[in-house]
Amino acid sequence: MSETVQDVSALIINKLLANPKVPRDITGSSKIVEDLAFDSLAVMNFVMEIEDELDVSVPLDRLAEIRTIDDLATCLVSLKKGA
Amino acid sequence: MTIFDKFRGIEHRLEELKALGGRNPFDVVIERPLSSTAGMIEGRETLLFGTNNYLGLSQSPRAIEAACETVRSCGVGTTGSRIANGTQSLHQKLERRIADFFGQTHCMVFSTGYQANLGMISTLAGKDDYLLLDADSHASIYDASRLGHAQVIRFRHNDPEDLNKRLRRLDGTPGAKLVVVEGIYSMTGNVVPMAEMAAVKRENNATLLVDEAHSFGVLGPTGRGVAEAVGVEKDVDFIVGTFSKSLGTVGGYCVSNHPELDLVRLHCRPYMFTASLPPEVIAATMAALEDMQAQPELRVRLMENAARFHGGLNTLGLTTGKTVSPVVAVVLDTIPEAIALWNKLLSLGLYVNLSLPPATPDHHPLLRCSVMATHTPEQIDRAIEIFREAMTNLKTQPPQM
Repeated sequence: MSETVQDVSALIINKLLANPKVPRDITGSSKIVEDLAFDSLAVMNFVMEIEDELDVSVPLDRLAEIRTIDDLATCLVSLKKGA
Repeated sequence: MTIFDKFRGIEHRLEELKALGGRNPFDVVIERPLSSTAGMIEGRETLLFGTNNYLGLSQSPRAIEAACETVRSCGVGTTGSRIANGTQSLHQKLERRIADFFGQTHCMVFSTGYQANLGMISTLAGKDDYLLLDADSHASIYDASRLGHAQVIRFRHNDPEDLNKRLRRLDGTPGAKLVVVEGIYSMTGNVVPMAEMAAVKRENNATLLVDEAHSFGVLGPTGRGVAEAVGVEKDVDFIVGTFSKSLGTVGGYCVSNHPELDLVRLHCRPYMFTASLPPEVIAATMAALEDMQAQPELRVRLMENAARFHGGLNTLGLTTGKTVSPVVAVVLDTIPEAIALWNKLLSLGLYVNLSLPPATPDHHPLLRCSVMATHTPEQIDRAIEIFREAMTNLKTQPPQM
């Protein structure tokens, strides 16, 4: 099955909302570090959960470029296609 | 806007930590060591339970003598890089000794353990390669991943299945796959499931590097570390470690049966662009290695002491890792709780390491203790008693007596 950026964004938001500390009004353009108050370790650990869901590995250097939830979704979709 | 604005956040957090406990936890001074197990702190004799000096060899008479003798004959430093004027016959002698100790053909000695990881990992994993790191890796391993040019993939801590899954995803991609694990994880004391990691390495035809920094001199029938302990040394391509824990000095090493290790010397920036170890440190390190080999009973005593301390803290109702190793990490819920307990312990004469997130896994603050072979049973019982007193005093958690 081929996921779109929108599908993956929705999946990420769903996963994030399972954490009660995450603000309820997040969207694809929410910034992961600034709006969600995630530190670098929390971002890496969260990405691991999404990786399992989509069966893909995100190299750490790709993570450095990611600011928003949509950026992460775009990255995951491109890695999935490349695989 | 100044260049220092980015430090205001940490400045503010440090002020909060000081306000909570009265001390700057990052500015403890051991005025002078009294022995391997005690030192003067704030003018008080204090029990040392956070020095990584697992065998107590920082105070080895044999090492002290060797250092004094060598400093008189060779001077205090080399003033140069290993690939220029910084290699003396002592450096080569130490490399031979370490290689022989591990039963490997080649050895490189670095100026610190940090540089050994930084240098080996960043040099071995090149631009088209993949570096697979345990999520709880030491900062030197993460820093190596930033200095090098490989694609970096994290796998779940101590989870061979997860590593296997990630290596499978790379099936068919060109480039070597370098897997890095640690023998004993320094923050938690967790021991790597080494046999399982070695099996995953074999199945996926990857290259395996083990950092035995905290397991060298501690695990294995002769103290070669976790790979020796579980009998998988032949699956390990590179063993990295440090002299600054079990051997009580400073410096790092990498041993391997790959003859290409000698070519790494000419590519490895943290090896090339720094001064080599001073001769007296090398002499002390070789003497400490002799001590370690001559006294296998130190390892037995270390593990007995670790079990006594670990059991004692668990009896008080404190949460620690499940595995008994010389690193015993007390897990606490909140930073204020950790700060208060750490300060109280120090006031009562017990020094342990305060470790705060994000330097710890899972966002929990830790009081990280390390046990030594030279601790007496009385010192261990006293340390446990100080924990009990501190907790009663603070009512952190009612002790279950």
